[in-house]
Amino acid sequence: MEEILKVDGLSKTFTLSRKQQKIERTTAKRKVAVDNLSFSAYRGEIFGLLGPNGAGKTTTLRMLSTLIRPDSGDAVLDGCSVVNQPAEVRGKIGFLTSELKLEDFFTPNYLFDFFSELHGVDEEVRNQRKKEMFGRFGIDQFAEVKVANLSTGMKQKLSLVISLVHDPEVVIFDEPTNGLDVLTARTVTDYLQELRSQGKTIILSTHIFSLVERLCDRVGIIIDGRLTACGPLTEICNGLSIEDRFFEMYKEVKGGEE
Amino acid sequence: MKSNTLTIIKKEFARFFGDRQLLFTTVIMPGLLIYIIYSLMGTGIQNMINEGANEVVALQVENMPASLAPVLGSLDSSVVVTEKAVTDDDIKQLEDKEINAVLLRFPEGFDNLMAGGISNDSVPAVEIYYNSTNNAAARVNMILSTMFNNYGRPFTVSELDQASDESIGAMIWSKILPMLIIMMLFSGVMAIAPSSIAGEKERGTIATLLVTPMRRNELALGKIISLSGIALLSGISSFIGIALSLPKMVGMGDAADLGFHYTTSDYFALLLVIFASVLIMASAVSLLSALAKDVKNAGTMVTPFMLVVMLAGLLPMFQNGASDNMLVYLIPFYNSIEVMTAVFGHEMQWATVFVTLVSDVVYTGIAVWGLTRMFNSEKVMFSR
Repeated sequence: MEEILKVDGLSKTFTLSRKQQKIERTTAKRKVAVDNLSFSAYRGEIFGLLGPNGAGKTTTLRMLSTLIRPDSGDAVLDGCSVVNQPAEVRGKIGFLTSELKLEDFFTPNYLFDFFSELHGVDEEVRNQRKKEMFGRFGIDQFAEVKVANLSTGMKQKLSLVISLVHDPEVVIFDEPTNGLDVLTARTVTDYLQELRSQGKTIILSTHIFSLVERLCDRVGIIIDGRLTACGPLTEICNGLSIEDRFFEMYKEVKGGEE
Repeated sequence: MKSNTLTIIKKEFARFFGDRQLLFTTVIMPGLLIYIIYSLMGTGIQNMINEGANEVVALQVENMPASLAPVLGSLDSSVVVTEKAVTDDDIKQLEDKEINAVLLRFPEGFDNLMAGGISNDSVPAVEIYYNSTNNAAARVNMILSTMFNNYGRPFTVSELDQASDESIGAMIWSKILPMLIIMMLFSGVMAIAPSSIAGEKERGTIATLLVTPMRRNELALGKIISLSGIALLSGISSFIGIALSLPKMVGMGDAADLGFHYTTSDYFALLLVIFASVLIMASAVSLLSALAKDVKNAGTMVTPFMLVVMLAGLLPMFQNGASDNMLVYLIPFYNSIEVMTAVFGHEMQWATVFVTLVSDVVYTGIAVWGLTRMFNSEKVMFSR
């Protein structure tokens, strides 16, 4: 198996404002979001980061996508360091989260061309890919409708398509089915499997056990910013369901509290 | 019902007094700004008066009456009285602003005429020639006029302003138009910049851009140039509207009557300086917008800055033309106002235009660097 992503000792600490201290109900001025995280992902697999809310999944994916910089450690993605070669890394990944939005004023057609240009996709390839992707997700009939007038599901599909305009080798998805209706969620998960069969690598974060069981080849369990377990799903589960296994680990880490 | 009203009032007060920024801009800033603006205006007016008072003006008197010589001789320390006939050539020089003087012509035998009694057919006529675009001369004319009024006026006094329509127009334009242009340009920038940067943060679309391979400085430069271009169009549209409507608004006929005829060089210099102003405005508002959490917050942050710029736009009203000090043209915003004052006052110098343009481009470069750093800063881009 070809290693396409190597995460080595990634750490991130946030300084809490007074407002955040109130929200977090703490007097601590700093919060360790990710603590010395190391794992690898291989070409053609779906790797899932599983953990509860606030465990550090989103921070990890944001560091991998170069939106935020690690305090220490590094990750090498397809030969490029997220710390030293962020622009190159951004050219190799497709990153999507429900927090990433598209400008309401523009049409799918315009946005596809715009982001293709930013990714340096030439016109012929762009047109071919647009036709294929718009057809695949049923966007073609709304290609000239402003984003503001699209349904929520269609907006999500468009966001997915836009994040993949450059046909990246690695796709990073933060909570891929969050907030989606069941039909759109199915379309997205089916497409992720299709990408895997094309040899693409998918790194996703989720707190949904069924999604991990259905999609992931390997999984990393993250609790309080630390990687508690990492490996093939079958190895981690060890005969149990992923849900049961997760709560076993959670109890071990938290010392019985839930 | 009463308790509910009180609950609503308490909630509104809690919202208002809990937001320190809103509290500052709504309660503290207005008083502070009024104090600063009025103080500066007062200082400006005082400086203008002092400047006029300190400038030496020649008072050339033809047929000096012996009865008035002591009074005229002790008018003011800045007035130097000479006795000399007023010629057409002197009047022409006054019109062309070649001499800093007021010309006063008494009829021959003024004292005898006054002593011999005045009939309706022989009212002595005194003539004052001055140029109203010269502040010091205008002041001396005012002193003379007041003095003759207090004399009881058994004679007529004609105040003959030698300022041409063109120079009066230039003075008016140079005092009004820089402020109006700056206001229009700033309004254009304000209409689009907060939405383009703080709006992208608020809507979450900035993150979508930041995960593309585009370099952050390309994003910063692209934002500033596009915002400047749009604001420039808005500014040009406003300027044309002002240029066409202002003469009608002040009831002085068409623009040509007020000397609104400038050379191609003047227009070119104006265009360059407007471009420089827009670049600086777009840069500054972009930086503040990048720091803001959302569009509303950006508006609040930009307001004090906007008022300072407007205030700078008012300064030409209290000045006698543009400054000769080259260092002034290194001050962002104010340099553009000074160059516009010079252009509209028919005193444009390419050196000042050049210094303004170069310094503003340098400041824009610094702003692009700053904005690039902000786009790179997760604290600025993603903090809530």
